[in-house]
Amino acid sequence: MTILTFILAGTLAAATPLLLAALGELIVERAGVLNLGIEGMMALGAAVGFVVTYHTHNPVLGFAVAALAGMALSLVFATLALGFMANQVAAGLAIGVLGLGLSSLIGKPLESQTLDAPGKLSIPLLADLPVIGPLFQQDVVVFLTLALAVAIWAVLNHSKLGLIIRAVGENPTAARALGFRVLRIRLFAVAFGGAMAGMAGAYASTIYTPLWADGMIAGRGWIAVALVVFGTWAAGRTAFGALLFGALSLGGLIAQAAGVALPSQLLASLPYAVTILMLAVISSNRRRMRLNTVASLGQPFAG
Amino acid sequence: MKITFERRTALSRPVLFAAPVIALGLAMLTSLILFAALGKPAGQALYSLLLEPFVGWYNISEVLLKMGPLMLIAQGLAIGFRANVFNIGAEGQLIIGALFASALPIYFPEGSSPLMLPAMIALGALGGAAWAGIAAGLRVRFNANEILVTLMLTLIATQVLNYLLLGPWKDPNGFNFPQSVIFPDAALLPILLSGTRVNISVLAALLLSALAYVMMRHRFAGYQLLVGGLAPRAARYAGFTEARAVWVSLLVGGLMAGLAGACEVAGPLGQLQRSVSTGYGYSAIIVAYLGGLNPLGIVVSAFLMAALFIGGDNAMVSADLPVAAVFVFQGLLLVFYLASLTFIRHRVIFNWAARA
Repeated sequence: MTILTFILAGTLAAATPLLLAALGELIVERAGVLNLGIEGMMALGAAVGFVVTYHTHNPVLGFAVAALAGMALSLVFATLALGFMANQVAAGLAIGVLGLGLSSLIGKPLESQTLDAPGKLSIPLLADLPVIGPLFQQDVVVFLTLALAVAIWAVLNHSKLGLIIRAVGENPTAARALGFRVLRIRLFAVAFGGAMAGMAGAYASTIYTPLWADGMIAGRGWIAVALVVFGTWAAGRTAFGALLFGALSLGGLIAQAAGVALPSQLLASLPYAVTILMLAVISSNRRRMRLNTVASLGQPFAG
Repeated sequence: MKITFERRTALSRPVLFAAPVIALGLAMLTSLILFAALGKPAGQALYSLLLEPFVGWYNISEVLLKMGPLMLIAQGLAIGFRANVFNIGAEGQLIIGALFASALPIYFPEGSSPLMLPAMIALGALGGAAWAGIAAGLRVRFNANEILVTLMLTLIATQVLNYLLLGPWKDPNGFNFPQSVIFPDAALLPILLSGTRVNISVLAALLLSALAYVMMRHRFAGYQLLVGGLAPRAARYAGFTEARAVWVSLLVGGLMAGLAGACEVAGPLGQLQRSVSTGYGYSAIIVAYLGGLNPLGIVVSAFLMAALFIGGDNAMVSADLPVAAVFVFQGLLLVFYLASLTFIRHRVIFNWAARA
């Protein structure tokens, strides 16, 4: 397999957990809420998804329960941030710590256990193409996630529901004056984001690397938060960022395959360093940031 | 029924002190249920977590030992949190501080100069401040979100530590364990209470806490910082800037975390190890909030959190609980505290007649 084929084949799978989590957070932030607990919700989803799949041999059930677990944790956040009008940064950190702790606790008995990797789905004809063929041989979740990305883009930009979500984020006072229930809409957005993060975790632990190791999410939840900034709160650009990071995370494997002798720690640091770089580049355009930032992001709203 | 929150004009003192206590109670109750659900001896677990740390002189001394770094870091972080500058990467700043401090004894393992220790402490503080300074520079110059940058820097710091301990700084006679040489005596902090591991760094932490209190209450600088973060526009009219709040918050936060890192390697560890921090940097965030972002409150909450750490070690043995149980408890504590904080800031009005 050539390096190009390897990148094409691997990028989508590596990007999928980031894409799921970032798209969820995108909806949350477009509704005006900043949930920094993604890492914790992903970790919880990863543990729950792994344990359920391990015991039931039913990956669909694993995903469903992981989504529910992520959602449940996000509702704790919603209670604090929306119900009690707590500082959203602090509330996000709180459920982040809680989620990471619960994840270790739940996953502990299955440390180092493995699952069978699921089969891949090939798109007829396209998968037989030379060079780019492997792009069309992926597990089913990859295809579903891509479809979901398109759906979220369409809903956010071209539907009434999307308009309501954006209105609630841009100007909650005006949205309420128009008769929308701001807190209820935000609650649904947060719950959606939690379910997405839970599934992102389940994908990471049951499909992408089907092996349980404590701390396996390793900052991917935080990268997802950064991707929303990278995408300046637009679905398409956020998805593009996730794919870029998917490709980047393969960089280490490619460098090793090419015989480049770099310390593994340097390669492990690469995604984090690139995240910092990309935040600096994107954010330094202050005008563009001001135009795109959700106006009421992170501010409590008294319903 | 409709429930509304009305902002209090004056903070209610009894509520201010009751909130952390209520949070502690609720966190205990919830974890009791949780541990029982996991099939662990819940009563035994809670006893180990919360009471055993205060049984016997040795346990109490270990609590004092853990309290130092938590207090140091939390005092630094609280300055930033009060100014709405969120440094959540104290863990990484601690690691870099520990690395900087360790460089001296690692390159001079036979060193006996009395200047070694002060130089290590200074290097540690410098390292932590420099690491946080990256985030400050990126925020001020490039508008990059300091929450994400400090966190990413922590993940990188962990890799730097791993690289050094698995490679150039590994003890050649250390049976291939990822740890440095054992430091010479000149690189170690003097013991404060003989027969225990408590060193003088806990005194330094208390002293710096007092300083933080004075700075916050009685110096104009504390006020400037607060306004610079909370109301950047108003601050600019008054002549002090948001940029300064960012720089001061992150540099001081990093400095304190670096100091804590230096005190760990020069204190109980006596060498550089991979587990130089057992999550102090993250726990200190919770310590800062539980202490109400107040220097005096932080002293109390650091003591409580340190006890929780020791309790966690006990519970691992006595109730077969993984160390993660401590983080679950910490998370619950912050969740309940933030909820109860609402009652400090707001008066809750129940209107039974109105419809929600």
